Amino acid sequence: MNAPAKKLRVATTSLAGCFGCHMSFLDIDERILKLVELVEFDRSPITDIKHCGPCDLGLVEGGVCNAENVHVLREFRANCKILVAVGACAVNGGLPAQRNHLDLRDILEEVYETEGGLARGSKIPNDPELPLPLDKVHPIHEVVKIDYFLPGCPPPADAIWKFLTDLIAGRTPVMGHGLLHYD
Amino acid sequence: MTGTFTLDGREIAFEPGQTVMQAALAAGVFVPHLCYHPEFRPHGSCKLCTMKINGRPATSCTMPAVAGMEVESDTAEINDKRRMLVQMLLVEGNHFCPSCEMSGNCKLQALGYTLGVMTPHFTHFFPDRPVDASHPEMLLDFNRCILCELCIRASAEVDKKNVFALSGRGMKKHLVVNAESGRLADTDFAATDKAAEVCPVGVILKKRRGFAVPIGKRTYDIKPINEQAERFKPVAPTVREKA
Ligand code: SF4
Ligand code: SF4
Ligand code: FES
Repeated sequence: MNAPAKKLRVATTSLAGCFGCHMSFLDIDERILKLVELVEFDRSPITDIKHCGPCDLGLVEGGVCNAENVHVLREFRANCKILVAVGACAVNGGLPAQRNHLDLRDILEEVYETEGGLARGSKIPNDPELPLPLDKVHPIHEVVKIDYFLPGCPPPADAIWKFLTDLIAGRTPVMGHGLLHYD
Repeated sequence: MTGTFTLDGREIAFEPGQTVMQAALAAGVFVPHLCYHPEFRPHGSCKLCTMKINGRPATSCTMPAVAGMEVESDTAEINDKRRMLVQMLLVEGNHFCPSCEMSGNCKLQALGYTLGVMTPHFTHFFPDRPVDASHPEMLLDFNRCILCELCIRASAEVDKKNVFALSGRGMKKHLVVNAESGRLADTDFAATDKAAEVCPVGVILKKRRGFAVPIGKRTYDIKPINEQAERFKPVAPTVREKA
């Protein structure tokens, strides 16, 4: 593939995810050298840039489980020409959404106050620095418009590679057998 | 009636009494389906098998084959509709494939793959459906039920036990267990029942058997479902009636 005249600017983030999708991304191994000829990174755990500037592409791992996730997701949508839901949690809430049929207060009480093994006097954390949890975990397409979806828990490195190279080459990404899976 | 019809331009022969879907599967052409099972009478409820027959949409699993029909199936228009059906089923239940024992062997998931369902698209219902783990050998995870009624049919027609039924209407329709307590343990259900093996998704599961086959070796890891038409070939009507 020929390098584009100008490198594409890419931002990535993990919302209510486990960083597994980012790890899978790094699993493209030495292909990352090829990738950095084609793209440069903006806000991302890879660069540690804290806020997103104008970008060509935004990759979002994880669903939305707290107020901060919503702000970050909106910042990505406002800045990225193309926004992609990467991985099961971004696509359908994933395993964090398995709390959705439980009452949020009940969960917090059980985890921080009543479960065995906690230090005496443990309380639900209430620091103003902490983002407030939402009562339900949502897939990101329920909050902002998403242009592409790449399912998988995580999507395999080959799927991420195929997706990015298709997109950079101006093709609609197509995932064949073995690259598209929901688990 | 015997004869042939055309399916996406290809000539398909059929035997007396065969449906469009049976003839297609017998000829090795895969037809997306969820509520169809070769050993049971067609049900016509999931609509995944819908085709355009002489220009009009119809469920191919219930439509008797007639000589000279012109049938369309694998077209962009019809597959769009099928994709939407899969998406609606995905948001209506709780389908978390990474933690599902059926993953890799599930028809709903496999159809999502071959139809290219990249997103559930619609807003999730996230319903509250507690599991029933009361039975010593079997687990019921209602979160994944797509209401195909195969377990109901198998339990009533083959096992002669009537363990399952549907209750409620419209949005509230759901699978129930026919026991006063509503618990599977309080029925005569057995792990050897036909109803224990027909679920196309991950509801009726054998305990202590989950994730036995590693990723990469499961049914639809090996080949996509649309390349496994032979697995769904019709069986002789006599076998079907006995079933
Ligand atoms: S039943 Fe099928 S679609 Fe649903 S969670 Fe299990 S594998 Fe996924
Ligand atoms: S439990 Fe399985 S077989 Fe029974 S109706 Fe639900 S999806 Fe169909
Ligand atoms: S397979 Fe025909 S309607 Fe379900």
